[in-house]
Amino acid sequence: MLSVKTPKKGRIKRELDKRAPKLVETGKKTLILQGTKTSSVLNSVLADLYHLKRDNAIRYTRKNDNIRPFESGGESSLEFFSQKTDCSIFVYGSTSKKRPNNIVIGRTYDHHIYDLVEVGVENFKPMSSFTYDKKVAPHIGSKPFIAFIGEGFESVDELKHLKEVLLDLLRGEVVENLNLIGLDRAYVCTAVSSNRVFLTHCAIRLKKSGTVVPRVELVEVGPSMDLVARRHRLPNESLRKEAMKTAKDRPKKKIKNVSADAVQGKVGKIYIPDQKIGDMALPDKSKGVKRERREAKMKNGDKDRAPKKQKEDSE
Amino acid sequence: METENQYEVDIGHLLAFDPHHQFPSLPSSREELVEECVRKGTELVQAIAVSLFNLPSTEDVDGPLVKLPPPTTKLPREKHLPKPKPPTKWELFAKAKGIKKRKKDKVMWDEQTNNWKRRYGYDRVNDDEDIPIIEAKMTDEPGEDPFSRRKAEKKKRVDKQEKNRLQNLKQTAKAGALPSHIQLAATALPITGTQAAPKKVTKDELGNVAGLAATATASGGKFDKKLAGEKPVKKQGKHRKFLPVVEGSGMGRQEKEQTDKVLSKIISQNSHEILNLDKAVSKYTVKKEKNRKNQLGKPSTPSSKLKANSKPMKVKNKPNKKFVKGPKAGSSKKGGKAKSK
Repeated sequence: MLSVKTPKKGRIKRELDKRAPKLVETGKKTLILQGTKTSSVLNSVLADLYHLKRDNAIRYTRKNDNIRPFESGGESSLEFFSQKTDCSIFVYGSTSKKRPNNIVIGRTYDHHIYDLVEVGVENFKPMSSFTYDKKVAPHIGSKPFIAFIGEGFESVDELKHLKEVLLDLLRGEVVENLNLIGLDRAYVCTAVSSNRVFLTHCAIRLKKSGTVVPRVELVEVGPSMDLVARRHRLPNESLRKEAMKTAKDRPKKKIKNVSADAVQGKVGKIYIPDQKIGDMALPDKSKGVKRERREAKMKNGDKDRAPKKQKEDSE
Repeated sequence: METENQYEVDIGHLLAFDPHHQFPSLPSSREELVEECVRKGTELVQAIAVSLFNLPSTEDVDGPLVKLPPPTTKLPREKHLPKPKPPTKWELFAKAKGIKKRKKDKVMWDEQTNNWKRRYGYDRVNDDEDIPIIEAKMTDEPGEDPFSRRKAEKKKRVDKQEKNRLQNLKQTAKAGALPSHIQLAATALPITGTQAAPKKVTKDELGNVAGLAATATASGGKFDKKLAGEKPVKKQGKHRKFLPVVEGSGMGRQEKEQTDKVLSKIISQNSHEILNLDKAVSKYTVKKEKNRKNQLGKPSTPSSKLKANSKPMKVKNKPNKKFVKGPKAGSSKKGGKAKSK
């Protein structure tokens, strides 16, 4: 026999619905975690990364001793964390003698590892070391501009892969409509050599130029770092093909209160809430509306009120 | 601006890519490199801004809103595409028969009470609860309560619907299209021979076991140290319950039934031993032969052996037989000696 289990509370149901596969996805959550050994540089890299992606990232601060993304069997707890937190990008930091200041950025598909990129961090400058006008500081969750510079991103396989992963990591929420005033940050990635990428985070200042398009000015706000490509693992072809599938037709939004009529054409219904004219408060009570004192007196009579005491003349 | 055409701009992601840029000679100092990168980045961002701000925009309270085109750079999905739900059995049937869904009013006119009532649910039209009298029919069986029959029929219909729903959900689960908030869980034990479903131990059960373990000392756990956060034992006191032995109608009879049951079980197990025909016949023939041999005047070694064997084989010397494979007579002697000591 089978029994149906459904959540007892609406909040849990909504949360589960949020995690269900969608036709059009709205963005990936990021899980930031570390291995048993980290350096102070790596700690601040991870902290700054978490700060940049604060709106949809989860930071695990405990040591994890059984995560080895590139080895078979070492990904099981990562996949579990991905399932648990509903994150599909992870950033895993670890340091060792062989690979100092190592960061593995990976993506998951259906909570299984999809691809992996390993980079080393060098020349790191944390956010706190930058001084700039705080007015231009980017807001949390704003959609960034992303610029990739250099032919390395096209010619070198590792950098090409890194470019795709960085785009996925940095792009923020997937939106259809964008408010142009809210644009305040940009990431600039430059392929310096065949295995080195310079990544920096800038704030944007939009200046008037006399035309519709404002003049853009970038102010470096940090963090900035060099990423040295190490190992990487591409997804296998069949998995890639499946993951790249998109919905052919976008889900139609249900239109309420509009119906089509053969004679009248499009007919809309408008609901007007009951207007409570009776209890409406008047702006100011004019003299005519006010209850007159004399009237009240007539109504109540002078019975209950004791007459004023007369001063008695004692003779 | 003149090099704008060389950039690959993807407005969907607000992404620009310059695939042609090459450092003629790597800048010597770090500052120069950063400066060069930011300068180049500004150019690229400007290129995005040009195409972005030229998109048709709608004025909003917070600022101009722009509808972004779909991105050209494809990124992998996070999860698989949602799978379509398979049709239910009724939907299949309705399609085959050409049955269309009709819209029904939520309220109906109730002639019994002369007002509008809901079609379904609490206080509905033609509610079974509302009927005070059911007319008798010729086909009615005497002694049957028509009200309880109606209730039972209704229950049967509801149960059937629940069964159908489960079946449909099972099919949906097979197709992998179960709604995210629904879980199907096995409740009963599987059929014998198939693999048993692993049962998760509940908190209550664990508590019971812990309580039993805590009281399993000579003092009943009275002098044991309590751990921090340890709750008092749940099941304390009497565990066994005895039925009353006094003959009566209800509980009194139960005791007798219980013992009768045990007795009949034992008797039925050994019932074939009350008269084992083969045994009886063989015993009879053995006796007959013995008598005949005695009459012939021969010493009866084999018969004594038989006698010796027949007794211990049944009860005592079964284990002995296993260990010692020597002569049977010797083994039985040994056993006897040990006993006498």
